[in-house]
Amino acid sequence: MRVVGIETEYGIVDPDEPRANPILMSSRLVQACRSWAGDRTARWDYGGEDPLQDQRGFRRSRAQATPELLTDAPEFDESAGEVTLRRRRGSWEDPAHLNAVLANGARFYVDHAHPEYSGPEVTSAHDAVVWDRAGDAIALAAAQRYAEHEGSQVHLYKNNVDGKGASYGTHENFLVRRSTSFDDLARRLTPHLVTRQVFAGAGRVGLGQFGEAAGFQLSQRADYMEAEVGLETTLRRPIVNTRDEPHATRDRYRRLHVIIGDANTFDVATYLKIGTTSLVLAAIEADDERLDTLALAAPVEAVQTVSRDLTLRERLALADGDTASALEVQRALLEICRSYATDAGEAAVIARWEGVLERLATDVFSAAREVEWVAKLQLMGRMRARHASPEAPDGLPWHDARLAAMDLQWSRLGDGLATRLAAAGQVERIASDEEVAAAVATAPQDTRARLRGGIVAARPDVVDAAGWSTVVLDRETDHGHLEVVHLDEPLAARHPLLDALMAG
Amino acid sequence: MAQLNAQGQPYEDETPEPDAPAPTPAAQTSGDALDDLLAEIDGSLQVNAEQFVRSFVQKGGQ
Repeated sequence: MRVVGIETEYGIVDPDEPRANPILMSSRLVQACRSWAGDRTARWDYGGEDPLQDQRGFRRSRAQATPELLTDAPEFDESAGEVTLRRRRGSWEDPAHLNAVLANGARFYVDHAHPEYSGPEVTSAHDAVVWDRAGDAIALAAAQRYAEHEGSQVHLYKNNVDGKGASYGTHENFLVRRSTSFDDLARRLTPHLVTRQVFAGAGRVGLGQFGEAAGFQLSQRADYMEAEVGLETTLRRPIVNTRDEPHATRDRYRRLHVIIGDANTFDVATYLKIGTTSLVLAAIEADDERLDTLALAAPVEAVQTVSRDLTLRERLALADGDTASALEVQRALLEICRSYATDAGEAAVIARWEGVLERLATDVFSAAREVEWVAKLQLMGRMRARHASPEAPDGLPWHDARLAAMDLQWSRLGDGLATRLAAAGQVERIASDEEVAAAVATAPQDTRARLRGGIVAARPDVVDAAGWSTVVLDRETDHGHLEVVHLDEPLAARHPLLDALMAG
Repeated sequence: MAQLNAQGQPYEDETPEPDAPAPTPAAQTSGDALDDLLAEIDGSLQVNAEQFVRSFVQKGGQ
């Protein structure tokens, strides 16, 4: 069991006004999301003013801090969990950074020039799928509300490239032990991040950052990975991102921020992406040295090699001089990870992982119900073939605009081709529609997201703002200040003060 | 691992046989379920594919 979460930046387009300002549209979409949520939403806590958080990485204990403010409030007794006070400031929301904290524990907001859904913390690959799809449903509901309010349409795309050089991300977050050295983490995780595209890729028409060459590749993001390790997320993007912002007790945890992944519209792709990476992280935390045999000689180049190899046969050079195909690297990782599956959910991930690798090795199209790039390639192949003639035996060439259009339409929320394939019974599901509908309104119950979403759902009247590790309360008190409830332990789903308030 | 980077050498002995066929979907068993969908997509794409692709422009994100 590991705490994980997925963030999705959606592509955004006004189909009738392609040049509409995307920041403005995103802001209005978040506004529409708030309207859809009714009262049950809160602002984001940017946490600029946490008096006890020291930049050197520790928090002063309550006992040493502003005792004149803390002692007279009954909720600050030991059993009440950590609460500090914050002075009030003028309240202003930047429309370019509009936020909605939702009853399901997620954050829906404007990030750069895109609307983003940051899903709540969950503890399994299955739940990651459930709350990821809930995000699509919420974004779609917001878009419908937008159309009613604005008198214009907004279309949302769950993809990562526009074919003109721009890329936007789908990031995964994994809570890992602080005691694992970051160098070990980066070195040992890289072969997995490079090769998992074989089942996690969403497929893309066009090669190169601008789609300058014709063709099809496994991954949306591969051409935008330009470094092995680094802090950046918007340029010179690294395979392993070093942002160290745990949103949790810093001396216990790291939050590994994975930016290489594609946005997925297929459940199995999301499920395996999260589930397998979590298991490889368990092997890394256990210091399993077998992982070192899989180190790649040239990881950045290998990302593109794997992405462009539709045969899945290309050999990658390993650091020790040997070679392996992406599927062989994945088979080896699967064997290592068998020892780290500790519950039924993780055992199911192993079984699915093994099955999908086997199908990919036998006949890639036998994985078309599970692997997104395969399904996309299959549909495109059929479209190409429809246009075959004696003069053009291959049918449509890869540079034909119709194939590029299908690639975009694939990922459109609501009526995209992936959605229509699923409606035609061509896509295997991990999460049921009922589970997804419940997750639109309800937070996961086994992480602190339960508290964040629960208080927003039950008592929005007392919530000033909320963040990943805080809920800021604004209610009648003697001290007259805002109260910051600290939720630094992601697995702590109960809090005496918040539970009391939620119970009414 | 950067210092182990083989600077583009690794693949020269390991290029797969050039005629390794890229997979092409044969007439799939699931194919018939797709025929209607394909016909519909094809119809809509005749009209505006190029303009649609050209007008899909995003700002870079993370």
